[in-house]
Amino acid sequence: MTALLIQLLTGLASASSLFLVAAGLTVIFGVTRVVNFSHGSLFMLGAYIGWTILSRMPRDPEYFVLGVLATGLVTAAIGTLLEIALLRRIYRAPELLQLLATFGVVLMLQDVTQRIWGPEDLTLPRGRWLRSAVMILGERFPLYDLILIGIGPLVLLALWLLFTRTRWGTLVRAATLDREMVSALGVDQRLLFTSVFALGAGLAGIGGALALPQGSANLQMDLSVITDAFVVVVVGGLGSLSGAYLAAVLIGVLQALGIVLVPKATLVIVFVVMAAVLVMRPNGLMGKPLAASRGEAQAIAVIRPASTGLKWLGLLALAAAILAPFVVGPFVVSVLTEMAIAVLFAASLHVLMGPGGMASFGHAAWFGIGAYGAALATRFLSVPMPIGLLLAPLGAGIVALAFGSVVVRLSGVYLAMLTLAFAQIVWAVAFQWSDLTGGDNGILGIWPPAWAGKQIFYWLSLALCIGGALLLRRILYAPFGFALRAARDSALRAEAIGLDTQRLRLAAFTLAGAAAGLAGGLSAYSKGSVFPTTISIGHSVDGLVMVLLGGVQTMAGPIVGALVYTGLFDALLLATDLWRFVLGASIVAIVLAFPQGIAGAFAARNAA
Amino acid sequence: MQLTRRTLMAASAMIATPGLARAQGSTPIRIGEVNSYTAAPAFTLPYRNGMTLAVEQINAAGGVLGRQIELLIRDDAGKPADAVRLAGELVADQKVDVLAGGFLSNVGLALSDFALQNKKLFVAGEPLTDALVWEKGNRYTFRLRPSTYMQAAMLVEDAAKLPAKRWATVAPNYEYGTSTVKWFKQLLLARRPDVVFVADQLPTLGKIDAGATVAALEQAKPEAILNVTFGPDLTNFVRQGNTRGLFEGRSVVSVLTGEPEYLDPLGEETPDGWYVTGYPVNSVTDPTNLAFIAAYKARFGEMPKMGSVVGYSLIASIVAGIVKTGSMDTEAMVAGFPGASFATPFGKAMWRPQDHQSTLGTYVGRTAMKNGKGAMVDWRYVDGANALPSDEMVKTLRPA
Repeated sequence: MTALLIQLLTGLASASSLFLVAAGLTVIFGVTRVVNFSHGSLFMLGAYIGWTILSRMPRDPEYFVLGVLATGLVTAAIGTLLEIALLRRIYRAPELLQLLATFGVVLMLQDVTQRIWGPEDLTLPRGRWLRSAVMILGERFPLYDLILIGIGPLVLLALWLLFTRTRWGTLVRAATLDREMVSALGVDQRLLFTSVFALGAGLAGIGGALALPQGSANLQMDLSVITDAFVVVVVGGLGSLSGAYLAAVLIGVLQALGIVLVPKATLVIVFVVMAAVLVMRPNGLMGKPLAASRGEAQAIAVIRPASTGLKWLGLLALAAAILAPFVVGPFVVSVLTEMAIAVLFAASLHVLMGPGGMASFGHAAWFGIGAYGAALATRFLSVPMPIGLLLAPLGAGIVALAFGSVVVRLSGVYLAMLTLAFAQIVWAVAFQWSDLTGGDNGILGIWPPAWAGKQIFYWLSLALCIGGALLLRRILYAPFGFALRAARDSALRAEAIGLDTQRLRLAAFTLAGAAAGLAGGLSAYSKGSVFPTTISIGHSVDGLVMVLLGGVQTMAGPIVGALVYTGLFDALLLATDLWRFVLGASIVAIVLAFPQGIAGAFAARNAA
Repeated sequence: MQLTRRTLMAASAMIATPGLARAQGSTPIRIGEVNSYTAAPAFTLPYRNGMTLAVEQINAAGGVLGRQIELLIRDDAGKPADAVRLAGELVADQKVDVLAGGFLSNVGLALSDFALQNKKLFVAGEPLTDALVWEKGNRYTFRLRPSTYMQAAMLVEDAAKLPAKRWATVAPNYEYGTSTVKWFKQLLLARRPDVVFVADQLPTLGKIDAGATVAALEQAKPEAILNVTFGPDLTNFVRQGNTRGLFEGRSVVSVLTGEPEYLDPLGEETPDGWYVTGYPVNSVTDPTNLAFIAAYKARFGEMPKMGSVVGYSLIASIVAGIVKTGSMDTEAMVAGFPGASFATPFGKAMWRPQDHQSTLGTYVGRTAMKNGKGAMVDWRYVDGANALPSDEMVKTLRPA
């Protein structure tokens, strides 16, 4: 009984920490619709800035409070800067582009933080009061955890008062419901958005500083906190503060109890909870169906086949790619192989995100299932490579069909997060089922047979990947593709003319899964190994970045995006220690220069 | 300690004596190194410094086989797939003679499999997984650091002497953590059949829920705890454990915690009397170690860390193998490396012929607080050769 109570209280303390980060994220999303990937970086900056301030102050409680508040102000200022310099310029851009921009910011801040504070973890010495404990039923419980338990609801209350009892809050809520109407009534939206972003960033910073007494400021904080924060926001219902608190409590407490009952499950508890909630309540615990803001409901122009010039350019590039092995060395050939695989991966994700209208944050799942399918078949059944390459898309396609039948009824960010949850569960299976998958040590020795040397394998990859991408393109120009886009642009009208939108979306989901699976199978043979990292969030984000970089609403987009991103990444990795900063800055620059994506920008120029 | 010409010379003499300058002006020997520089900077940046220092010393002393050494460094961003691609670049485009590197176990294994496929020598520095030299060992792969088996074996010496019978473990949920726990249990039970393991916690690497983990351990009422976490997880775990009194009246055995990388951040919270493996950089007394520390401090302006020792020894071990082989032909080196002995800051070590594991050891001691900082006391150096299983057992563990 005592033990249960202690775990419960511990869970409530971590719930408060979770809520502080998630609160800022949900406030920002609710008003600006920005999926702020850099929220974790602001949290990390909060920890580092908090360390800088607090380690110079006396260790008494009053100074701690002052230091934490000061940290919040500094990160709020950084958030303001970020909003004015970057996000303000791209609110009008296609959905999720802000995700790409803030991903660039994440990369830049990683290098900046390491440059300023160094690679070592920084720990804040704890004053006596921070180390003390109170006795609860004969067990010692940290005083600071008790304080945290109180801070969560207090912040919730303060935010509630702010949003319901002030004029500013009323305006923000109005903007959440109907942005256009608010601006039509003469409210300066830009100021409103900036102040909301500053508030969110400040909350993230306070969260980071409050994490210091329990641990350290370190360079892994940004990414380790951002997924959990997203999960809390989505489980709670986008934009809902009380929902976020409820979700944080649910996740914090289940996690604390789960650790006792099934210690091995720590990898997935959070994602299983999210999947369960989203399947039962597709809009989260307290969320309402999103009112489409007027700007977003516009029909997206029908994609026309590329202009003759672009086609010639593509053919020329393809010819160059085919002839390349005669000219370049083996390393470039292996890079080109990877690029071909990336092209198919991005093209398959594009089917979902573009014509399908379903953003996926977990596309690496299909890639990984294909890769593991091929690797397992090779290892346990000793199947030859061609069979492995057949099994990869087949396996991924079947799983995608099964999973798709659950998710296609969701939409928007909820669907995206459910795909993320699924990818994380697949990742955890690959990671933890060591007897089958080798765990994080992966499956080794999956090299192509002797007849497929580097060059032959490259041509094979090129044929399958470019062939696959062209096939996807063909399908999207077929009646199926137009029907799919009809389902995306207006599900109601599409159904009225007799289209089964759910089935269309499911077919697209399966198709995309199978294509990504083929890419995964090829990647297994080209690397000679498979690891759980192929299913990681990072790999899913890579896919998103490629599609968004190229442009969602063009057919050439994913191809251009895949080539630019992998090319940039490979070149920068070799060129500079600060590759993250340069890569991040390049992404930000591309976003600002081509809000429609690189290919999108050229298409627009042609049209004009 | 003052840096003198003598210590510097001693330091360079330590690893460079065999490299007699012969023909000058020939092409350099290229070592291609792949590691997780951006993903694990706290360890890999001192490690890179260690390699740099070794290469500079060797080149200043005339190089190896009359050739200078050139080090090409690549960042794998913590991903095995990228590591394999970069290894391909190093071998195909840069024509490196030897591959080296790795921090994470899976990156090490990926590189080792690449080495086998491409018939290139690969010397792993840091990856601790046993699979690298045993289960998945191959003739092209060598590994420098004491493995999870060796770390566990060293600590079991002390653990077996403790009166504790009820043990609990906490380890990060991946190969390094699960493998260390597995060996520790096996070796301790062999020595102490009366021991029972009452709880196993497996937090996600980098995301430990420290309060809940500590409370769960507390509930199991163990008499002793094996800790395998490190880095940020360790800091969180220690802080919650201190406040909740988890460590009071209990013995704790802890892997890697004595390494400055992980001990320094604990600061004032350093627990007293944990049995740890690590590097007591502030209290070592042997001349080779002191010479290394002095040279490192002079070059980089800070104390070396464990990573620095690994980086420095990695280069020394490769150079010794090359000198013994007398050629840069891969197959010749595969035959020549086994049995090559090399000097490290920790003393002499060699490449074992039976499994390509080096005999580099590590320090075992206890944690203590000195002037508000964590330190290792009562330490002893354990030679890696004494922490390895019998040759018969190695034979069964290593099919290749």
